[in-house]
Amino acid sequence: MKPINIVESVITPLDRKNVDTDQIISKEFLKRIERTGFGQYLFYHWRFDENGNKRDDFVMNDPRFDDSRILVAHDNFGCGSSREHAPWSIQDYGFDVVIAPSFADIFHNNCFKNGILPIELPVEQVEELLEKGLADGTYSVKVDLENEQITGEDGVVYSFDIDPYNKKMLLNGWDEISITFQYEDYIQAYEEKNQA
Amino acid sequence: MPKTIIEKVWDNHVVYEEEGKPDLLYIDLHLLHEVTSPQAFEGVRLAGRKLRRPDLHYATMDHNVPTKNLPTIQDPIARKQIETLQANCEEFGVELADMGHKNQGIVHIIGPELGLTQPGKTIVCGDSHTSTHGAFGAIAFGIGTSEVEHVMSTQTLWQARPKTMEIRVEGELGYGVEAKDIILAIIAKFGIDVGTGHIIEFTGDAIRNLTMEERMTVCNMSIEAGAKAGLISPDETTINYLRGRERVPQGEAFEEAAKQWLALATDEGATYDTTLTIHADEIEPIVTWGTNPSMGAGISSNVPKASDYTSTSDQEALKKALAYMDLEEGQPLTSIDIQHVFIGSCTNARISDLRTAAKVVEGRKVADGVRALIVPGSQQVKQQAEEEGLDKIFTDAGFEWRESGCSMCLAMNDDVVPAGERCASTSNRNFEGRQGAGSRTHLVSPAMAAAAAVAGHFVDVRDMMKEVQA
Repeated sequence: MKPINIVESVITPLDRKNVDTDQIISKEFLKRIERTGFGQYLFYHWRFDENGNKRDDFVMNDPRFDDSRILVAHDNFGCGSSREHAPWSIQDYGFDVVIAPSFADIFHNNCFKNGILPIELPVEQVEELLEKGLADGTYSVKVDLENEQITGEDGVVYSFDIDPYNKKMLLNGWDEISITFQYEDYIQAYEEKNQA
Repeated sequence: MPKTIIEKVWDNHVVYEEEGKPDLLYIDLHLLHEVTSPQAFEGVRLAGRKLRRPDLHYATMDHNVPTKNLPTIQDPIARKQIETLQANCEEFGVELADMGHKNQGIVHIIGPELGLTQPGKTIVCGDSHTSTHGAFGAIAFGIGTSEVEHVMSTQTLWQARPKTMEIRVEGELGYGVEAKDIILAIIAKFGIDVGTGHIIEFTGDAIRNLTMEERMTVCNMSIEAGAKAGLISPDETTINYLRGRERVPQGEAFEEAAKQWLALATDEGATYDTTLTIHADEIEPIVTWGTNPSMGAGISSNVPKASDYTSTSDQEALKKALAYMDLEEGQPLTSIDIQHVFIGSCTNARISDLRTAAKVVEGRKVADGVRALIVPGSQQVKQQAEEEGLDKIFTDAGFEWRESGCSMCLAMNDDVVPAGERCASTSNRNFEGRQGAGSRTHLVSPAMAAAAAVAGHFVDVRDMMKEVQA
């Protein structure tokens, strides 16, 4: 897993709540057996119409946000299906950070396994970011994981909290399975005790 | 100190704990299907590892499988996914209920059916509806593919201890109101993310009086309330369901296990981080009108109006949902015409669901212009239904009778609702495009789906059944 610490870019404001993983990556793209190449299908039915043409009214089709690495959305982002294809497609498309007032549990968990940083901010702050992002021009921020801070181009600072275990995993880009193998003796002992 | 079942089962599975870290939790059972496992097997292979405990994994094919003309899969990409699971199970020594096998079916239907699902177990699967197995008093939750690989390699997962939530369903359910209506009412009342970060225990008289199959329907949709898992303390209903099943201990050993299982039930006086209450007599058959499962209402009511909401974001959400669903504010739910009916999915494709639907359908016909599908949840359910003659009742009425699989719940196979058309569905998600790009899904109980099939629009199944009684 690729380590992550500082991410600096324009934000992409996706002003929707309860964005479910069916929207993030639609089922017709789940048949592939690879882990890569899902970015082209991200938010497919919001980005493209039935003839495969770009929809003008969808934020990600606005060229201002082409180089964005930070997605900002409303509450309960990533609800629904457990499909890890959702964070795979977000990352493959180019996003390293997702900011929202809240995330659904499985999606939230899946982000950390893939080196994506999900940041929870109070709803008022997310609304402020969305407003700045949706205004004319663009709004850039610098996300600093080590210091748990987001600094806007206008100097506004937003602090966030992140669980220390997940923070360490992201900063170091550690593979969790290799770490768990260091606990082999405990697993063995558990199995013997419980005759699992 | 009195404990909830959630704490008891969790504590029983902690392999290692340390301040500032999640708990390392032992996993007793891992269920697999073709869609979320290939990348995990590939990861294990690339790392030169093997499965730590292949005996604690069980695989089947469900998401992609065709429900007619078995075993031909036209779609080459889907076929490759199926072949990949076959090859992986062979290579890594995982038992597989393959297409055409007597135990094949939707993963959350066959686990309980075989008795693999047992009280007190930790159960995971790369599928969010794993919460279904909580009906037995197991901690069961959906995971992503990275965690699937983690379980394969270590038989454990790092998991932060969730908060506990009790949802009490007091009183008695009215005639014609089903388990599906309970869970849809809970989500409509408390919201799509009420359970985030929690494991929910469903309690109260209305829950105690449910059969195991009904309890599975309730726990199945815990994820639609955002919960990590949902469960119900085991009781005699649980034990009676499990006794004699293929994969449970037999004879004396079963009775011994049953005693331990019953002891897992939440202790008198145990407390939860949150308790919510809903009264069964306020629940009527529900129809969802929007694009997430919390957007539902009783059949006697209307589609909400923007003025019913105070926050602008809720008003916006309503407008977006109604635009997608092509519905008007304030429109009566009974005025919504449907073109498709799907009775199936891990929520409602067990034998009792089919019996309930058959009772409504018997002696009636599917309305003109409606295409109606029955997709049994497993080969065992299908066989049982055929022994009881339910297939005949359905096909006489004009339903299509299919092979088991996830089918139109997520439309990964050929069972798709065309763009702009509407489906009364017993499944669990009404997200945009869930049943096909541009499709419109209304979630209902099996009885309500059957009634809609006959009427061609939503009706109160209680009225339809009264006509019979009269």
